[in-house]
Amino acid sequence: MDMSLYPHAVAMSADEFMTWSSAMINDLLSAGTKKTVDKLTGPVWSWAMKNSMHPLHWGLACCALEMAAASAPRFDAERYGMIYRSSPRQTDILLVNGWISKKIRPEIRRLYEQIPNPKWVVAMGECAISGGPWYDSYNTVQGLDQIVPVDVYIPGCPARPDAMIDGFMLLQKKIDDYFRRGVFLED
Amino acid sequence: MDTNAVYQKPTDEEIKTLLNEKFEGKVNVTKIETRRVYATVPRELIHQVCEYIHDNLTFEHISTVIGVDMIDNLRVVYHIDNYFNGCVIELTVDIPNDDPHVASISDIWVGGNWHERETYELFGIIFDGHPHLARLLTPDTYEFYPFRKSYKLRGQE
Amino acid sequence: MARDLMDIRAETDELTTDKMWVIMGPQHPFSHGLWTLKVELDGELVTDAEPIVGYLHRGWEKECENRSYAKIVPMADRLCYAASMTYSHLYCMTVEKALGLEVPEKAQYIRVVADEICRISSHLMWLAAVGTDLGNLTVFLWCMREREYWMDLFVRLCGARMTTNYPRIGGVRNDITELFDRDVDRCVQHFEKALWDIIALIDDSSIFLSRMKGTGILTREQCVNLGITGPAMRGNGVDFDIRRDDPYEVYDKIDFEVPVLNDGDSYSRYMVRVEELFQSCKIITRAMQKIRAIGKNAPYRYKAPTNVPAGTAMCRLEDPRGESLMYLVADGSGKPYRLKVRSPIFTNVSASKPLVVGSRIADVPVIMAMIDMCLGETDR
Repeated sequence: MDMSLYPHAVAMSADEFMTWSSAMINDLLSAGTKKTVDKLTGPVWSWAMKNSMHPLHWGLACCALEMAAASAPRFDAERYGMIYRSSPRQTDILLVNGWISKKIRPEIRRLYEQIPNPKWVVAMGECAISGGPWYDSYNTVQGLDQIVPVDVYIPGCPARPDAMIDGFMLLQKKIDDYFRRGVFLED
Repeated sequence: MDTNAVYQKPTDEEIKTLLNEKFEGKVNVTKIETRRVYATVPRELIHQVCEYIHDNLTFEHISTVIGVDMIDNLRVVYHIDNYFNGCVIELTVDIPNDDPHVASISDIWVGGNWHERETYELFGIIFDGHPHLARLLTPDTYEFYPFRKSYKLRGQE
Repeated sequence: MARDLMDIRAETDELTTDKMWVIMGPQHPFSHGLWTLKVELDGELVTDAEPIVGYLHRGWEKECENRSYAKIVPMADRLCYAASMTYSHLYCMTVEKALGLEVPEKAQYIRVVADEICRISSHLMWLAAVGTDLGNLTVFLWCMREREYWMDLFVRLCGARMTTNYPRIGGVRNDITELFDRDVDRCVQHFEKALWDIIALIDDSSIFLSRMKGTGILTREQCVNLGITGPAMRGNGVDFDIRRDDPYEVYDKIDFEVPVLNDGDSYSRYMVRVEELFQSCKIITRAMQKIRAIGKNAPYRYKAPTNVPAGTAMCRLEDPRGESLMYLVADGSGKPYRLKVRSPIFTNVSASKPLVVGSRIADVPVIMAMIDMCLGETDR
């Protein structure tokens, strides 16, 4: 049974639970306890982490207005679990949505390091991907991946709110793959 | 016309006459359009001209202080507004490359403070009498003046 | 009500306290843009303030010297991204002045309509941000909902929601589309009713009113000398609006009122912007009637030459945030020699210290929200 087809998989029907748990118990007899607990809880953790993405409440430039529009009633990013947090200690995603000047570069690195592990970085808009229209400026950094490792790039100038939500759904797949290993036990 | 009186809504022609009379022709009014007066001012008179415009012609608001690099010399352009008749005076001051100093007008209009700081950090024009002439927009570690024509961007050679 | 610094000092003089600098740094909940406000606090009272800008500086004006005139229109959009139509409009007006090019009348009316829709959209973004600063999140959601309808109008007009790239040197990019013509009056009528609901959320609550009344007070002389322009200035008793007193395009042919209030506190700045929303609706309705009267086959764009003759040109415009101005020095080639942008927020933010000193730290977000910052145009 493929758990990724059932994101809210906690509510399984009785037949499905029987099939799933018997498959698990078979594995339990052949592998170690840690691996088994990983296998049992991996899907649950990945479901929980990918449906509660908490980005940092931070707007740099034009794409920030589309980020605000994405949490507005029409596009409503909150139904995917995206709630913006003001303090970097309480977030897991750094969303950079504007051009990066040399003055803000150390602050971006600092914010990235303040976010606790496991963390993700999303570059929204052309400016964060590669410098955008300001390719020949003396004061901009040509791309966010020169400062922090980036997980998802969302193109657009400005990236429409739908594009941003699509990018976050890609990030959901990435988070899903990461936590499906039940990796929290190995920390 | 009486150069010591206070005019709240001077017309463009009146401004031209008053500036000519008060500064004995040293201020050259080059052009007049509706609600616009364009004048060139020698460097040593700029503070007195601005004081006169502020006190006697009630131009209460400084809009911009612009720096231009004309390669042979530097230039500072001021735009000053009147809130009673919508008139704008444009003053142009040419300053030599080897002595880029001009008097600061931030004691007359406090709003000119940041404009002068920005012109300093981008062109290297020093405003004498400015309370705190330091870098504003660019990081403090920069040592070049980016908007001078001698500084080339990528793809501009 | 805000009390005088000296009264509070007199009461607390026998206590020994120490002052502390708090850096409301580039990442903070009341953002309105990427800047830092350092405040020196004596308990809860602000005694000194220092704004730090420059986190979004990209050398816009220098980059313009490297691009041809037509390529700068979408760059001008990204100066103030909340009010992008007004900046590209201002840029086109400046180049047209340098060229001596007359714009067809239909294009002038269309530009006025687009400017006013942009003003409404920008003021709604401001009101949404004010909502979050006051602590009223419903206002944020309702304003963003209304703003979506106006951005839909932009999509019907030119295809883009925000940075529209719509004005051209010599006119506008395309004529009014049928869908835009059909929907603009519906949108205005709906909005004029919906705005009353949104305002009622703030005005009917004594908590939000007391956060705004009596805070951030400036005198008229201070306001004018500091260079504050726009609705923040009109909330201080200065009766000046570039659209009425120094008209450009066809504003002298359209009848509208300019709201001015005399109190000089945050509440009057808020009320001036709200009233401007209603006035913008009227301007849109009247201008659309004139456009329909002009007819469908009238020209909307004249071809402009690629090279601008040597000389200078200056144009100014009433941005939703204040007086914005562009100064162009042309040298006869296809690229500008110097293009300077005057941003209203640049001077308004420099006046942070007199606005904020003497109030409590909890009032600082509300006072700064009334200035309506957009840092893209400040730092350029």
